[in-house]
Amino acid sequence: MTSRALRGASLLLLAAAFAAALALPAAAEQLNVAVAANFFGTLQKLAPEFEQASGNQLVLSSGSSGQFYTQIREGAPFDVLLSADTDRPRQLEADGLGVAGSRFTYATGTLVLWSPKAGVVDRDGKVLRSGSYRMIGIAEPRNAPYGAAAQQVLTALGLWDKLNQDKKLAVGENINQAWQFAATGNVDMAFVALSQVSNGDVIAGSYWLPPQSMYAPLDQDALILARTGKRATAEAFLNWLRKDPQAVATIKAAGYHVRE
Amino acid sequence: MSASFYSPDDLVALWISLKLAAITVVLLLLLCTPLAWWLEMTRSRLRVLGEAMAALPLVLPPTVLGFYLLLFLGPHGWGGRLMQGLGMQPLAFSFGGLVLGSMLYSMPFVIQPLQGAFQSVGARALEVAATLRASPLDRFFTVAVPLARRGFITGSVLAFAHTLGEFGVVLMLGGNIPGRTQTASIVIFNHVEAFDYAAAQRLSATLLIACFALLLIVYTANRRVPETAASA
Repeated sequence: MTSRALRGASLLLLAAAFAAALALPAAAEQLNVAVAANFFGTLQKLAPEFEQASGNQLVLSSGSSGQFYTQIREGAPFDVLLSADTDRPRQLEADGLGVAGSRFTYATGTLVLWSPKAGVVDRDGKVLRSGSYRMIGIAEPRNAPYGAAAQQVLTALGLWDKLNQDKKLAVGENINQAWQFAATGNVDMAFVALSQVSNGDVIAGSYWLPPQSMYAPLDQDALILARTGKRATAEAFLNWLRKDPQAVATIKAAGYHVRE
Repeated sequence: MSASFYSPDDLVALWISLKLAAITVVLLLLLCTPLAWWLEMTRSRLRVLGEAMAALPLVLPPTVLGFYLLLFLGPHGWGGRLMQGLGMQPLAFSFGGLVLGSMLYSMPFVIQPLQGAFQSVGARALEVAATLRASPLDRFFTVAVPLARRGFITGSVLAFAHTLGEFGVVLMLGGNIPGRTQTASIVIFNHVEAFDYAAAQRLSATLLIACFALLLIVYTANRRVPETAASA
C-alpha cells in the first residue's frame, strides 16, 4: 500500500518535472552565468527583464568567486562570470581565459555593521569601542571581500588585535554566514553587505555605515569567458547590465553603487 | 504538487538527484560486491590496505574531495586528458562526472555493510555447501548473497540517502548548472543564499519526508527478512 502510494507520488513528480522542462520558454540563446552568491538574488530579479527584452535566456549558477575561478580554469561551461571581486576576473583575463577588454565593474558593494535589533548599533559605530557586546560576526577576511573590508575598518579603529585576543570575532565562511550569525541572534552584530539588509531604502534593525575611506572599494567585476561560443549574446547581456536604466536602478535598489 | 509549490528548477533538480542516487547505488553494488567479498575472504596482506583505502572517502571534506576530482577530471588532469585522448568529453561539469564523484563519496557506505554481512555468513555455511559440491560461484550466489541480504539492503539505503544529501562534491565537480548538474541539495543552498527561506523549507521538507518514508519502508522490510533467510 505504502509503496504503491510512493510509486504514484514519484510518478507524479516525474511527470511534473518533464512538464516543467518542456514548459521552459523557447529561447534564441542560452547564456550560462556564474554569479557570486552576494549578487545571486539581485540577478534573479534582473534575469526575467533581460530575457523579455532580448529573447535570450539566462541560466544562473550561484557560488563563491574562488570556487568559480578554480572551475573556470578546469573548463567549466560558463559564458559570463559576475565575480564578487576584481582579482579573479583580472587573473582570468590575464591568463587568456576571459575575453580581453570585456572586464568592467558592474557593482560596488557597501559594508555595513548591522544588528537585527533596534538600538544595538548607533549611527556612528561607537558601540564597537564600548565593548558592551559578546561577539561580532565577520566573513573570512582571506577569501571574502567583505571580510577583508571588515578587517580594514576594525584595523583603522585600532580594534582588530584586541577583538582577536578577546576571541570576540565569529568568522563565517562567507558574507551570508556572517549575516546568518547576526540574524539568528548568535552574535550581537555583524559586518555584512548593505545588499543583504536593505529592502529598497528600508533597513530593519540598527546599523552603521563605515565611511568608504576606511576600506578599499568592494568592486565586483564581470567578465566574458573566452570559451564561450555566444560572444555577441554575452556582450549584449553585459551591455544591458551596465546601461539599461531599469537594470541599473534595480542594482542600486539592492544596495550597490554603480559607476556612471 | 502544483507548479507554484515547486519551481521548475526545483522539480528538475529533484529528478536529477533521484536519478543520480539510483544510478550510483546500482553501480556501487556491482563494484563493491566483489570488492567486499574479496576483502572478507582474502588472507593477503593487501587486505588491510584495501580496507583502509575503502574508508578513505570518509576522511576528506567533501569540497576538498570535489576539488581533487575536478583537478583530476578537468582538461589538464590525468583523467580528463585520458578521456580526451579517447575522443570523449571530460567528465567534469557533466552528469557522468557527478556519478563518478558520488560513487567515490558513497563507496564506504556500501563496502562496509557488505563486508560485515559477508563476515556474518561465516565460513561454516560455505564449507557445508562445498561438501555438497557447490562450485565457488554457486556458493557465492546461492549461499553467501541470500544470507548477506541485510548488508545489501543497508548498503543500498545508506548510499542512496547519502548521495541525495551530497553537497560539496557535486557543487565543486558539477558547477551548479541548472538542468544538468544542479541537484536538490544545491537548489536548497541556492534558495538560502537568495534569502528565499520559504522555497528552501519546502524543498528540504520534501527531501526529509521522502527519505524518512524510504528508510521506514526499508527498515520495516529488513526486520521481516533475515530470520527466514538465516534459517534457509
